[in-house]
Amino acid sequence: MDASYITPFMTSIQNVFSTMFQLPVEIGEPRLKTSSTTTHDVSGIIGVSGEMVGTIVLSMPSDAAEAIVALFTGMQMDADSDDFADAVGELINMISGNAKAEFQRKAVSISCPSVVIGAGHRVASSSGTPCVVIPCNTDCGEVVLEVALREANESAETTTKAA
Amino acid sequence: MRILLIDDSKTMRNIQKSVLKQLGYTELEEACDGQDALSKIGAFKPELCLVDWNMPTMDGLTFVKTFRQQDKTTPLIMVTTEAEKSRVIEAIKAGVNNYVVKPFTPDLLSERIAETLAKCGVSSS
Repeated sequence: MDASYITPFMTSIQNVFSTMFQLPVEIGEPRLKTSSTTTHDVSGIIGVSGEMVGTIVLSMPSDAAEAIVALFTGMQMDADSDDFADAVGELINMISGNAKAEFQRKAVSISCPSVVIGAGHRVASSSGTPCVVIPCNTDCGEVVLEVALREANESAETTTKAA
Repeated sequence: MRILLIDDSKTMRNIQKSVLKQLGYTELEEACDGQDALSKIGAFKPELCLVDWNMPTMDGLTFVKTFRQQDKTTPLIMVTTEAEKSRVIEAIKAGVNNYVVKPFTPDLLSERIAETLAKCGVSSS
């Protein structure tokens, strides 16, 4: 995957977290996701379509997610509540939208967010599209961004070989 | 001043409400998408709308185009993650008066509201 697809997401999560609730984010070393990599307990998911296709996931352990949502909304929320899922969805929406703006020369759209909550779930990207995991350290705990993107006119097989 | 907040995220509507209440605006109504907003306009008669772009059922751009067919003057501010210049131009052509990109600080949102009301010659009281 082109590194220029990853960098916007690093700056975007830092921008969103610092602007909305003054939480600094330290970016770790990005790595390719392997099939054995498990996702955390809470995942906000956005689909990407247009000239680029794929999936963006913000995945967080429950403790970190609850702390971050509390900072974002100003309220402690039960992870089972609709409002908690709404807040996680809005976070990944802002992160994806912000990053998408860096792909100025491409017509790219993002979907409305979906949120999955539950221990042990795994979010699979479409077959053959490599997924890069970006570790993000915060005072609320480590969260990860998973970026699985390719150009729409590029076959999944070609993308996998290039990665 | 009556302000209609149109966003499918309750979290975002709450954040906007909090900023607006701090600015002294208390007549606030909420809508979860463009269709919901159109159904509330007749009764609420907003003097300002903050409208998201990406929403289910009816998105913000469609709302703006539909609303502008019947109301050319009420100020509309697009508050969205859509930050590309082409999107901003598209929204302005459709009839929005100002544009705020998420994420935003409370100060930025209040500045844009004040700027928009001044530009549209609307009293903020």
